Amino acid sequence: MNGAEALIKCLEMQDVEYIFGYSGGAAIPIFDAIITTKTKIKMILVRHEQGATHMADGYARVTGKPGVVLVTSGPGATNTITGLITAQMDSVPMIVICGQTISPMLGKDAFQEADVFGISLPVVKHSYLVKETEDIPRIIHESFHISNTGRPGPVLIDVPKDISSAEAEFDLSPELDLPGYSYPSYGDTEIIKEIAKALGKARKPLLLVGHGAVLSKADAVITKFAETLNCPVVTTVLGKGAFPETHDLSLGWLGMHGTAYANKAILECDLLFSIGSRWDDRIVGKLDEFCKDAVKIHVDIDPAEEGKMVVPDIFCCGDAKLVIDELTGYCKKLDIDDWVAKCMKFKKDFPLRAPVVEGKLTMQEILKELDRLTDSNVPVSTDVGQHQMFAAQFMKTRKGFDWMSSGGAGTMGYGFPAAIGAAFGRPNEPVIAVCGDGGFQMTMAEMATAAIHNLPVKCLVLNNSYLGMVRQWQELFFDNRLSGVDLEGNPDFVKFAECYEGAKGFRITKSSEVTKVLKEALAYNEGPCVIEAVVDKTDNVYPMIPSGAPYTKMLLEAPTEKLEKPTGST
Amino acid sequence: MTDKNHTISIFVVNKPGVLMRVAQVFSRRCYNIDSLVVSSGFDDRFARMTITAQGDAGNLDQIKKQLSKLVDVMHCIEHDDSNSIIKEMALIKVGFKLTQRAEILQIVEHFACKTVDMTNNSMVIQATGDSAKLDAMIELLRDYKIIELVRTGKVLMARGDSET
Ligand SMILES: Cc1ncc(C[n+]2csc(CCOP(=O)(O)OP(=O)(O)O)c2C)c(N)n1
Repeated sequence: MNGAEALIKCLEMQDVEYIFGYSGGAAIPIFDAIITTKTKIKMILVRHEQGATHMADGYARVTGKPGVVLVTSGPGATNTITGLITAQMDSVPMIVICGQTISPMLGKDAFQEADVFGISLPVVKHSYLVKETEDIPRIIHESFHISNTGRPGPVLIDVPKDISSAEAEFDLSPELDLPGYSYPSYGDTEIIKEIAKALGKARKPLLLVGHGAVLSKADAVITKFAETLNCPVVTTVLGKGAFPETHDLSLGWLGMHGTAYANKAILECDLLFSIGSRWDDRIVGKLDEFCKDAVKIHVDIDPAEEGKMVVPDIFCCGDAKLVIDELTGYCKKLDIDDWVAKCMKFKKDFPLRAPVVEGKLTMQEILKELDRLTDSNVPVSTDVGQHQMFAAQFMKTRKGFDWMSSGGAGTMGYGFPAAIGAAFGRPNEPVIAVCGDGGFQMTMAEMATAAIHNLPVKCLVLNNSYLGMVRQWQELFFDNRLSGVDLEGNPDFVKFAECYEGAKGFRITKSSEVTKVLKEALAYNEGPCVIEAVVDKTDNVYPMIPSGAPYTKMLLEAPTEKLEKPTGST
Repeated sequence: MTDKNHTISIFVVNKPGVLMRVAQVFSRRCYNIDSLVVSSGFDDRFARMTITAQGDAGNLDQIKKQLSKLVDVMHCIEHDDSNSIIKEMALIKVGFKLTQRAEILQIVEHFACKTVDMTNNSMVIQATGDSAKLDAMIELLRDYKIIELVRTGKVLMARGDSET
């Protein structure tokens, strides 16, 4: 057995179903081993390595299992960097295996040599450059262990071609050698009791549930916890599904473009309990005014999140599911009916609005209808921009692992390939990708990948002929000086889809067509489709809290006076 | 917050890349590493890093946590004079005219250092001790001609039962 064959055997042992890959010189031995080992693992040939990483990411976000990527050295490896940072920022488990030039040529500017170990260091949870063929099994098993325990993240393995080609005797289940690696599980019972006490004293408590809760599969436990307390819940954009958004106690998601009712509740709460959220800057706005007088509690599996942004009154390091399960045992229904009623009133008084305007097709009305037709019960991915925010607002998520969006990195080009990866991971379900015309064009070459495998991926392209989100900022903060945002020259997206065998194109141009066309597209499950919706060009996303501003500055609609330049980053 | 000097001891698994990972935790947060000493411990599977760095004290806590989180880091502890012994060594090559030689040797003797090389116009002084002592001595030697100066950077060990 050679190194490459041992590598494939170990992937099998890790229950890998798919490898998203793109081959090349330095990776040929590993691609060869996919054949010589007669493995059951299926190799999915993508059209660009970035697409492979987002597919692996989407696969991981809907299954909870690490997605696996295999690429060649040099440009193949560097094309994975965007996908790595996307996964790293959102704590997504992923394994990226790169071919590399032969060991004796390392450091000699050999053909297609890139120091990908060095280049990727800041965007991985961990990484390896394999030096001995015999180490391959240990490194593969360690990588999976690191990638999907504690706070998950991507692991990169760089495999020189001589190492993968060499024959050796292998121990395929060696002991892991990770003396410096550990991760929390149960929380400290004393601290958990302290949290229960603080909750008991609160008059206006609010739960803030993040991606960590999804990753720890805590959705059922959190639902029971919220119901036990009878406490309202907001989630982060990535926490969507950790608590059903269809639940009475759900206030949707908070932050820059979050629901007005979530943001109003944030302004008024006297206790905010973060479960697996990292208090991202698009959530806290102005840090020193964020919930200034509220008691803050934070549960996180990552000890380094303690006090990184918000300094909590109580911090409990541990796995969300285990901590909340234990905590529920110490809690009972809170006497806060007034507060709950107030939150319900926020919901009624400041609803999300999907205006139907004569002669104008809006993203909101389409997404709202799509949500209705799918009963909020399909895996949904988004790209990045205005459509992402509207999708997050209008596509409700009922359970964990149904929502994919690049929250931390904000990677355009993510949505479509992520949905393809998800369709592999959840083979009997249609998957929806909501994209802008800008972001879709970044990775739309993956239509080939979706078409070849007849995947029922429904890609809704909300075409406003602009880089809409940037145009919105230019309108609001730069006196509407539009610079570099006009997507003049867009292709015909329907024709684009139909030039792939088995793919279909649909188009919506006016409000009266929305239901009919969406139904047709949802009924087409023999292959991928693009639903192009030609929407209003100059609509903006509200509510909006300008970046770096306090929650009191939330805009529910277009401002009547000129806004100050935002003080936050982006 | 004002920038302050911090001395941190990091016990790591002796694996390739660990130094780069550690350095990145500092540089990403705009910390400047002043001195860095790395060597394997008595068990060569592990290595010890002693790092002196300057930066915003508010960031330091985050840096320590991020360091502890690295897969190859066993532990990471901040130290100061009160709980640990912190020493460094310097080699100082001083040029002199013959008339100055006795004066310089007096300084060497005063600081309980020694000369490890001598020619008729230069000597190399080996100085060991607290950084403050080394600073003071170097200050005095500025009256002569310091040709080259090499300092090891700080190494430290926790006192008594405490772990370094
Ligand atoms: C790779 C990448 N480049 C640039 C950006 C900056 N950016 C954020 S949103 C956006 C506009 C997206 O336009 P589009 O995909 O058409 O979606 P829309 O906002 O119009 O819904 C841009 C350029 C980004 N997030 N990612």
